[in-house]
Amino acid sequence: MLESLTVVTDSLGYLLGGVLVTLELVSAALLLGFILGILLVVGQVYGPKPVRGFVAVYVWFFRGLPNLILLFLFYFVFLPTLPVFLIAVIVLGMRSAAYQSQIFRGVIENLSEGQTLAARSLGMTNWQTIKHIIIPQTLRLALPSWANEYPVLLTDSAVASAIGVTELLTRTGFRVAATGNAMALYLACAVIFILLNYGGMLLIQKIEERIRIPGFGNNECDQI
Amino acid sequence: MADGSVVGEAVTEALSGFIRTDPDFWLNVLLPAVGQGLLVTLLLILCVAPLGILIGILVAICRVYAPKPFSFLAKLYVIFFRGCPLLVLLFILYFGLPSIGILLEGFTAAVIGFVLCNSAYNSEYIRGALQSIKSGQMIAARSLGMTKKQAILHIIIPQAMRRAIPGVSNEFIYLIKYTSLAYFVTVVEMTMAAKMIAMHYLAFIEAFGLVALFYLALVSLATFGTNKLEKKLAIPGLTAVKVKDPPFRLKKGTKEPRKIK
Repeated sequence: MLESLTVVTDSLGYLLGGVLVTLELVSAALLLGFILGILLVVGQVYGPKPVRGFVAVYVWFFRGLPNLILLFLFYFVFLPTLPVFLIAVIVLGMRSAAYQSQIFRGVIENLSEGQTLAARSLGMTNWQTIKHIIIPQTLRLALPSWANEYPVLLTDSAVASAIGVTELLTRTGFRVAATGNAMALYLACAVIFILLNYGGMLLIQKIEERIRIPGFGNNECDQI
Repeated sequence: MADGSVVGEAVTEALSGFIRTDPDFWLNVLLPAVGQGLLVTLLLILCVAPLGILIGILVAICRVYAPKPFSFLAKLYVIFFRGCPLLVLLFILYFGLPSIGILLEGFTAAVIGFVLCNSAYNSEYIRGALQSIKSGQMIAARSLGMTKKQAILHIIIPQAMRRAIPGVSNEFIYLIKYTSLAYFVTVVEMTMAAKMIAMHYLAFIEAFGLVALFYLALVSLATFGTNKLEKKLAIPGLTAVKVKDPPFRLKKGTKEPRKIK
């Protein structure tokens, strides 16, 4: 027991380096997924038919495939020359974009039609309406469901160790190989992941409270 | 037919730059290996899904109706198995447990890990559904002389499970996809089979492409099936299906709003 504890405390510095890589990976993927997700949803809801078809296929492809297969496909087939970290960001980001676009779509399609009509009757063009009326409301209303993307990406990021990204799990694996104490180290790894998970959730809740407009939206964010 | 063979040759020639075209490789090497992997994947899903739903229901009932210590334990269960990446959980089961004297086979470890993860997520959907059933239902059942147990079993659960179908079927689809993680604990399921063939024959596009197609087919099939199930079990008023047209679409020539004369 004591032995396990010392192994964990000795490895902690090394593992925290892995936490940094994991967080970089997750935040880069979240950002990429966010930007792509918005583009996708605008294409899917307002775009012409070919664009809608493309988005539908994109979402079907990235939501239908396991993370691991996507990583292998990009690592071995599509982008074999890129560094592994970049491949992981691209795969997790594009996958997240597919999920995020569907979160946004759910919100956009439930926005009151009056918003669009009012904006149009004020003389806004379609694009102005999307940019200034629809998107800002969508982002606020989508935040509670969007917040779920963070834990999903965090847990998915562990799979990136399959292509050799030296994030938390990979580093834990190295330490296990060096010390032979698998149980203690993997448990420590699990605890770190859970802490990251809940730390991030708290942060997102803070942001949510910060940008909430009183009287706008619903209290659905309180019950997950 | 002469025409057909000419076209066939042309297609073969065009493809041969990218992928292997010899039928021997496809029919005698790749398909049997991936097919075997598919069977293992299906077996994993078959073992995990019922257990995941059952334990999910139990945990959800514990969280909503059980006295404090039990509901707290259920909450801890959910926090741990939702927060911990599935891959880490598998490593704990497969590499960690032997150090305290429990040796699991890869397949067993994968099934246990998947069930723990799947049931934790399922329980959250089911808990939400349980709490969405109005308290009047319980009061009415009790006033008819049912015990609390009977009320939960015969009144609350049948309604709540209908509302939980979208979430639980989503989780089922996730399950199909994360069975690929069994690869890490040496289970030869589809991904592992494909990787082995790909490495041995240097046929990455073929192997991963084929497996990708299989996964897409499985997921599409599951989506179709669960949608059908949801519709079939739907009770008007209890589970409303809302379909709404998007507010408007951009069309050619409508970049500016129409001028009103």
